[in-house]
Amino acid sequence: MGRMKNIFRRKFTGQPAKLPSGAFALDRDGKVVVSTLPQNFPQNEMKEIGARVLAFFRGAQQAQMPLHELNVYYPTLKVTARCLRGGAIIFLSPQTLPKN
Amino acid sequence: MGSTVATERSKILLVDDDQDFLEVYWEILKTLPSGPGVHTASTGARALAMLESEPFNLLIVDLNMPKMDGLQVIAIARRKYPALRVVVWTCIADEQFRARAYGMGVDQYWQKPASEQERQHFIDSIGSLLEREAHSGFRGVQSKSLVDLIQLECLSQNSTTLKICQGAETGKIWIEGGEIFEAEVDELKGEAAFRKILGWKTGNFELQPGEHTKQRAIFSSYQALLLEIAQEMDEAGGPDGSGLNTRLDAPSPLMSLTRFNGVQFVLSVGPGPKCETKSWGLEAPDHVAEWAQQSLKDFAALGDKLHVGHMQQMTALSPANHVALAGSPKGELCVGFRSNMKSDEVRETMRNILVKWAA
Repeated sequence: MGRMKNIFRRKFTGQPAKLPSGAFALDRDGKVVVSTLPQNFPQNEMKEIGARVLAFFRGAQQAQMPLHELNVYYPTLKVTARCLRGGAIIFLSPQTLPKN
Repeated sequence: MGSTVATERSKILLVDDDQDFLEVYWEILKTLPSGPGVHTASTGARALAMLESEPFNLLIVDLNMPKMDGLQVIAIARRKYPALRVVVWTCIADEQFRARAYGMGVDQYWQKPASEQERQHFIDSIGSLLEREAHSGFRGVQSKSLVDLIQLECLSQNSTTLKICQGAETGKIWIEGGEIFEAEVDELKGEAAFRKILGWKTGNFELQPGEHTKQRAIFSSYQALLLEIAQEMDEAGGPDGSGLNTRLDAPSPLMSLTRFNGVQFVLSVGPGPKCETKSWGLEAPDHVAEWAQQSLKDFAALGDKLHVGHMQQMTALSPANHVALAGSPKGELCVGFRSNMKSDEVRETMRNILVKWAA
């Protein structure tokens, strides 16, 4: 019995970080203005996502194809971004397999 | 060998900067008895790019548009495509513009309909213009192989029933919107019947109107089917097998992607160091190609960094049109869709396009 207890109560030390869920907004300079993401989500990763999103919208504008919403689909994360007067609001939604 | 007059599918290009008008008349014109293929463009430049990409029968163009106005579009279109029918529809009631338009050789000049009756007149006149267009042109009798005939019908995205007689035997192939739907001969149906008919070396054919109610039983693309059959004939060493492969030049793979619902433009950037760019219906393909490549690279790298898996696709929306981007082993693909499509529809269509592209 004691051995069983040890198995079930074993602590997993190197647990992978959970994917962030929430939103953050950037101004036109790429500065994070507000965020609902967990505090442990690194600020520089937030900035990096933001920079790519802003580059996407600006590139589209330069290619004569102004766009106002972006969805990026990864197998486990969906990034949705909306263009806001040169800045952007970005939503991160972890994806799970559909039920059934 | 003989044929009856086929119900050929006309193509209309509707150009207007007013998105609402485009939406409404896109729906209405599609319901014309001749079942035309209706494409839309919201700028003059895009219209010219589309005219460059594929032949149209009729151009319906607004005069009052930003950057490139309707008269400029007509001037270029008349010079480059003299056989193209042109209809002006506009809110401008000025006689001067009417005279200028007719002077440039347009077929009809309409003020945008303001009542149900005017709308009906406009639609009727477009219908009759297309009908006249269908009855004009050249006719003749020529010996063609069945493969040629089927390719021609499919490439033109026709909906037709091809009736083929060889001696006492009669076979039928149903083509719907450029895809082979069903075939029948004797007791055989589906692909088996199609193979048997394609095996005939001589006979007569007749093109009959399409039957839209026919259940689809053949799901392979016509290129794949014809290629398979040509290979089988080659291997069997049939008398006509030797030259078949050269006649089976499929339409450009990019063109075949434009058959998906709502597609407005397609751009592909080839893999490898050359990165060859091909496009359909796009005004400035080089700029878009550069942006698409960079965006795909950026977000693929982001996926790697966040450990969220390989990026599947990106979709972007705007009031003018939607865009989907994705990478594949054959290169990168950027597809524009009509703005009335929902985000999920765009995603699903893009997924199907990628499957077709990969195939």
